[in-house]
Amino acid sequence: MRINRSRVPKGRFLLAVIIECVLATGAAAVFSTVHAEEAGGAGGKEEGGKAAWGADWKSWRAKTDVADTASLQRGARNFANYCLGCHSLKYERWSRLGKDLDIPEDILAKNLLPPGDKPANYILTSMPAADAETWFGKTPPDLSLMARARGKDYLFRLFMTYYSDPTRPTGANNLQLPAIAMPAVLSELEGVKRAVFKDGELDHFEQVAPGRLTRAEYEGFVRDTVNFLDYVGEPTQAARRSLGVWVVLFLLVFTWLAWLMKREFWKDVH
Amino acid sequence: MAAKTPSPEVRAPGAPLPDTVNPLPRKGFMGWLNKRMPVDEFIANQLTGYYAPKNFNIWYFFGSLALLVLVMQLLTGIFLTMFYKPGELTSFDSVEFIMREVNSGWLIRYLHSTGASAFFIVVYLHMFRALLYGSYKAPRELLWILGMVVYLALMAEAFMGYVLPWGNMSFWGAQVIVNLFGTIPAIGPPLVEWIRGDYGIADATLNRFFSLHVVAIPLALLLLVMLHLVALRRTGSNNPDGIEIKEKLGADGKPLDGIPFHPYYTVKDVVGVGVFLMLFSIIVFFVPTLGGLFLEGPNFEPANPMSTPEHIAPVWYFTPFYAILRAVPDQRTGALLMGIAVLSFLLLPWLDRSPVKSMRYRGPISRIMLALFAVSFVALGYLGLQPAEGLYVILARIFSVIYFAYFWLMPIYSRPSVDPVKAVPERVVFNAH
Repeated sequence: MRINRSRVPKGRFLLAVIIECVLATGAAAVFSTVHAEEAGGAGGKEEGGKAAWGADWKSWRAKTDVADTASLQRGARNFANYCLGCHSLKYERWSRLGKDLDIPEDILAKNLLPPGDKPANYILTSMPAADAETWFGKTPPDLSLMARARGKDYLFRLFMTYYSDPTRPTGANNLQLPAIAMPAVLSELEGVKRAVFKDGELDHFEQVAPGRLTRAEYEGFVRDTVNFLDYVGEPTQAARRSLGVWVVLFLLVFTWLAWLMKREFWKDVH
Repeated sequence: MAAKTPSPEVRAPGAPLPDTVNPLPRKGFMGWLNKRMPVDEFIANQLTGYYAPKNFNIWYFFGSLALLVLVMQLLTGIFLTMFYKPGELTSFDSVEFIMREVNSGWLIRYLHSTGASAFFIVVYLHMFRALLYGSYKAPRELLWILGMVVYLALMAEAFMGYVLPWGNMSFWGAQVIVNLFGTIPAIGPPLVEWIRGDYGIADATLNRFFSLHVVAIPLALLLLVMLHLVALRRTGSNNPDGIEIKEKLGADGKPLDGIPFHPYYTVKDVVGVGVFLMLFSIIVFFVPTLGGLFLEGPNFEPANPMSTPEHIAPVWYFTPFYAILRAVPDQRTGALLMGIAVLSFLLLPWLDRSPVKSMRYRGPISRIMLALFAVSFVALGYLGLQPAEGLYVILARIFSVIYFAYFWLMPIYSRPSVDPVKAVPERVVFNAH
């Protein structure tokens, strides 16, 4: 097919516009999913127990990156240590987790796998559901899809806004999920904080007792755990994005060729 | 039929094809095939000998794109059905199994879920095109009505498909929509029970929705789409100028402003397909939930009759009608208005009294009414996603009134005595690229 380039400036311009639109949309989409987390964050305005600590909790963002394998590995460790006692990930197998997170089989078996479990097993808690209901008033929910159902920012704020509340049976309450049934299981790490309210809204948090981690370390701990739950919510998301780049590139070339073909045929139409 | 003037449009059965249509007697396999099946004749009749106006613009891509999405939904649906297990106890788990353990299952599922929304985007644009250029007007009333029936079938198909993953929004959405039938006087309550097959949305409901979603409605859709195309074949396409190209034939009996559908519009539609698939892929691969618009967050929690989602909203493509439903305090009246809102489209060919088809040659009132209608449709779509309270309800009422005014005042404002029309040119406006 012979293409006369000088004859059809309008077509080239249109093509350029199409390509630019698509590239811009694509780039925007990639950035919005992968890097939307850059904006905001719990660390933003809190500085060493200043009075305003926590006042902006509703704008806290998870700021996680599911491509950060080291963070996911730490999150898996956190999950096994602090969550698995009560919560399952019933749609995720240990072997899948090991494969996706680059954890060698021997390390998986030694450090993560509960005794007696096989790698092909699903990640299930050993706590009997009936007992859990007696103890907590409800069965601790499965966490496989929690990041998808509620969003990772929700989970981040949930872990960051526990406060001591003697009126609750567990002694703890939560800003993100008031009257939460789950006790403050991470207080060993975070310490204990008190919430000071003004006009029904949180004015600030006050650290009552220190934990094993500093506030920044605890935030990192939460971030890794939320990142891990985000991964578990959709284990294929990394594959999805990397395949998507190739598909869109292919379609760019395809559309360009289709455009050239259309232009050639339509030269006959006057 | 007048056999004296051979036309590609009207030909007596058994009459030979015009020379241009079938220039060479085929040999070999194609010759063998053509003796037994009218392959070449079909192609000549439907594609190379089918003349379409040459002045189609971007609005004319959406018909072929709707066909593309239909095929895509059928193909991805076949693969999903291989792994999906309908049932209260199995549906949700089997969808997650597809997402996680079936090879490329996530891709098939996202193609299907995004395809559902893409179908409505494409169909809404296709319908808007008809409003813009008066494609529903005579002689295309039946074409329009068949298209609207396709749209109704599509709504049923999408609603039932949305119930199948058996997430919490599936459950509560089904609850709300099925209960709408309960507002019908006298037969309402038993009708709802008959639809559900149980006293509540339950396993029986899920299984019959599955059956209807994968067998009955797809069959009906295919048949209706075929009839839509058959009707199109008789009248031919309208165009942005709203001029009947068949009224200006050349010496060869072909429309002067027409070009063969193949190759001209097939190669052009392929460009449209490329652009569409690019935008589609960006959603599938980078933002498959589109921030909860295409896949809602609460639907990642299994159906739970004991826990109502904070606010129940159908998927975006139903929300314009949902907003109209909620704009009325009385549920029965609301449901009635919602039904009228959908069905009003069917009457357009008779509500429109303008002698001119295209908005290009209509007066300002018709244009403004169409613009207001488009704005109110989008606004109602937004409002249907918001909680029904305060300002949202007031706005929904205002936009509902505009929505209905577009249809029911049309017999007045579309009259040329009210809204003067411009002179329609003899031939279509076309600038060669």
